[in-house]
Amino acid sequence: MTQTPTPVVDGPSAPTDLQDERLIRPTGVRENLAAQVKRVRTGDLGALPVIIGLLIICVIFQIISPIFLGAENIGTIILLYSAPTGVIAVGIVLVLLLGQIDLSVGSMSGVAASIFAVIFTAGHVPEWAVIIIALLSGVVVGFVYGFLFIRFSVPSFVITLAGLLSLLGAQLAILGPVGDFNIKSTSFIVQLGQSWYLPPVIAYILVVVSAGGYLLSGVVRSRARNRAGLSTPGLTGLVVRSALLLVGLGLLVAYLDSYSNGGVATSFAFLVVLVVIMNYALTRTKWGRDVFAVGGNVEAARRAGIRVNRVYMSVFVLCAGLAALGGLMAMGLLGETTQSSGSGNVNLDAIAAAVIGGTSLFGGRGSAWSALLGILVIEAIQAGLNLMNLNSDWQFIVTGVVLLIAVTVDSLSRRSRVAAGRA
Amino acid sequence: MTLVSEVSSDKHESVEPVLSMRDVSKGFGAVQALSDINLDIFPGEVVALVGDNGAGKSTLVKILAGVHTQDSGTITFHGKVVTIPSPTASRSLGIATVFQDLALCDNLDVVSNLFLGREIGTFALDEVEMESKSWELLRQLSAKIPSVRIAVASLSGGQRQTVAIARSLIGDPSIVILDEPTAALGVAQTAEVLNLIERLRERGLGVLLISHNLADVQAVADRAVVLRLGRNNGEFRIADVSYEDIIAAITGATDNVVTRREAAVRAHNEEKKK
Repeated sequence: MTQTPTPVVDGPSAPTDLQDERLIRPTGVRENLAAQVKRVRTGDLGALPVIIGLLIICVIFQIISPIFLGAENIGTIILLYSAPTGVIAVGIVLVLLLGQIDLSVGSMSGVAASIFAVIFTAGHVPEWAVIIIALLSGVVVGFVYGFLFIRFSVPSFVITLAGLLSLLGAQLAILGPVGDFNIKSTSFIVQLGQSWYLPPVIAYILVVVSAGGYLLSGVVRSRARNRAGLSTPGLTGLVVRSALLLVGLGLLVAYLDSYSNGGVATSFAFLVVLVVIMNYALTRTKWGRDVFAVGGNVEAARRAGIRVNRVYMSVFVLCAGLAALGGLMAMGLLGETTQSSGSGNVNLDAIAAAVIGGTSLFGGRGSAWSALLGILVIEAIQAGLNLMNLNSDWQFIVTGVVLLIAVTVDSLSRRSRVAAGRA
Repeated sequence: MTLVSEVSSDKHESVEPVLSMRDVSKGFGAVQALSDINLDIFPGEVVALVGDNGAGKSTLVKILAGVHTQDSGTITFHGKVVTIPSPTASRSLGIATVFQDLALCDNLDVVSNLFLGREIGTFALDEVEMESKSWELLRQLSAKIPSVRIAVASLSGGQRQTVAIARSLIGDPSIVILDEPTAALGVAQTAEVLNLIERLRERGLGVLLISHNLADVQAVADRAVVLRLGRNNGEFRIADVSYEDIIAAITGATDNVVTRREAAVRAHNEEKKK
């Protein structure tokens, strides 16, 4: 009698999506861990490199300068200064997901700040209206980019390089011979940029809401999958992750609030909320799916009936609009608009942040979270170098090197993804 | 043995063709790519479109897919004369075309690719519904995809072809056009795709199969329509003819009963026109 090995196929009782016998299903902690390691080795890095990088940076600077991880430095320097460029980086993530680029976000932020400064200091228009006008300038520029890209198929690299120069000129023209405008410190935008910290109660409420929301959405999804006869991830893991989120964020808020003149900067909280919303839009809506599809294979997207041009247009408009918003926030942070607003490293920092955070330059791969993680890395480096009394020269060099490392990691992981059939 | 060239009249007397092309012509500049092409596709039938390179197969497919429009002639779909000005129009009529390059998004998973451009959900995507529907569809096609949550990049050629064909079924078409579906596939994978084509026929779909591989054509097709230099060059019921007969019609090398009959019919028509 021949012996046949007992097949390890589940009966019809197994969830619909786990019935194929070829599926490798890790069970238990060790196998799950091994599966994670394998994922990383085959090029599916996710947020891992940037988190490791952030940890290394923190350790190094903490050794050099003991106040680096202090509540004051983190709350009033790193997080506060992350907000404006972080907002711009969210827009960069969107264009990168399409496999395009916007090199003019720095100049765009400067133009928006200039428009705001000139109109607002004249004093005839209420602040909210000026903010809207400044944001609209971004929308208009994005629209022009989108139009040029769609209508004439000019590479976005060239369009936005031309935009960089033109907008820089526009900024100088708008600011006029005066060149410097101080924004009064009682204005909304300056208070948001410089001095508003979330009241502890609200910060804690936000922590509970986010952890609770994470748990709730996980349970709802799990129930829906169960009803449809699909596999459900373990509930234990979900509860543990939610608890970790609650405790971790709670401790962070408590630590930041321990510095009496600081806390959780409102502008940073705004950035986090923006990232959460953008992450939802990218992963859970049809628009987000279209963005990934266009970035992955534009011809396939077109044939699938996706209105490719609309996707391009929406992303160029969003990117320039967010650049304008970031420009206003940067203006608020500094309390002034000058001829050099938005120049220097704003452009490169925003693009570097998106790439360092793990969004691929090749399109179709990335996440809104990479803007947040990336900008934290950059601001941490700059804050650390400031503490060491090293000036812009070193900051440029170090940021440049970190960007190069990030792009190299991106290219290498892309290569191993191709080799492992995950491209 | 008799060669039956006008198959449609005896086999499908009562059934209406889903799609019929009459005297369709298309020229590109000085080149007449198609002249007076006639083609019928019936429900639950696999029609193979064969011909040498430059015979006009691709042009014909592109006309049906809405990439080109014909210069003259009519296309009738479900009994109504239609125009197909764009790929979207072709799709919404119920013609699904699977091109040779498949056009899948490698960075997206199987579910996303299946529902690309036709996602379920009003504002937020209904991933659960899409995933169950994907499994349902893949089961119906007996497709061998281990997981629908892996990126399409990690699938084999046959599996990718399966995903592309399955995707064409999402919009509930009445005709599926497959452009060289087995061109880049190995033996087992080819067999898989041929099974898939038979399953499409069982679902009552009309299938237009473009292939250079006559073994595949003989394996699954009910009828073969031969194009040569942009003209109809014979129509065979696969069961009734040999490999050589089809080859002869494709190359036009041999003078056979089909070519003689075609020539006679053509001459007859010309006479009538005068």
